[in-house]
Amino acid sequence: MARAIVNIPASADRGEIVEIKALIAHDMETGFRRTQLGVPIPRDIITSFVCTYNGAEIFRAEFHPAVSANPYLAFSARATESGSIVCKWTGDNGFSMTESAAITVV
Amino acid sequence: MKHKRTNRTAGRNPRREFMLAAGGVAAGIVLSPAALAQSGIGPGRTSRPTQASVAATLQAVHKVAGTATINKGRVTVDLPALIDNGNGVPLTVSVDSPMTEADHVKAIHVFAEKNPLPNVVSFQLGPRAARARVATRIRLADTQTVFAICELSDGSFWSGSVDVVVAIAACLEEL
Repeated sequence: MARAIVNIPASADRGEIVEIKALIAHDMETGFRRTQLGVPIPRDIITSFVCTYNGAEIFRAEFHPAVSANPYLAFSARATESGSIVCKWTGDNGFSMTESAAITVV
Repeated sequence: MKHKRTNRTAGRNPRREFMLAAGGVAAGIVLSPAALAQSGIGPGRTSRPTQASVAATLQAVHKVAGTATINKGRVTVDLPALIDNGNGVPLTVSVDSPMTEADHVKAIHVFAEKNPLPNVVSFQLGPRAARARVATRIRLADTQTVFAICELSDGSFWSGSVDVVVAIAACLEEL
């Protein structure tokens, strides 16, 4: 199972803009490389990333082979209520990974 | 400079020549067909896609923007001007937008015209994302122009671009 990290501030003021950083361990094999014997290495990438805040989608990304190995994303959200931020990555060969982080809004 | 050195060493040491040729193909460096034939690399290898054509890039842009007019401005693509390694290039895209319910960025699409595929990454965001600024890390195959197109909630499209120099291209290494 792949390792993933979702980093957000543990607490925030209501209405404050918080930065969400998401990192996952994945080779992101492009499909353009070959072995030394010339055999093509098949594509194996993460194709989609979705972030939800208490069930409502706030951010989505579509990845292509040009995204680096171990994809990293940093984006923002407005802290409206306490709850959980859930990030889900899906990709080739049935890859799926979910990681969440809790935020307390004071 | 690199091209000349590659050609001069061709034919002297088969092993070294093979490595250079193989690396050259991956990097999108154009070697003469004769050099490739000498190195014993088959046609399957030489026909490998190394760069997206201009048509493919236009098609990719057309897919996201349709026939809409794409205005210049509002989008900032932040990349290092000189990239020593194309495998993990920090990219930040930001759009000048208040990100309110009435006026926000719906999507940002990033393209690199000299990568094997023009599409790099696409983001979809809304007013809840609060700030139209996204950072990630990308692969770049060659010295080129990287550009981003954003779609606003009013249906207009805006673009920004940056020229970068890539010293070591992504996808050079063989397994």
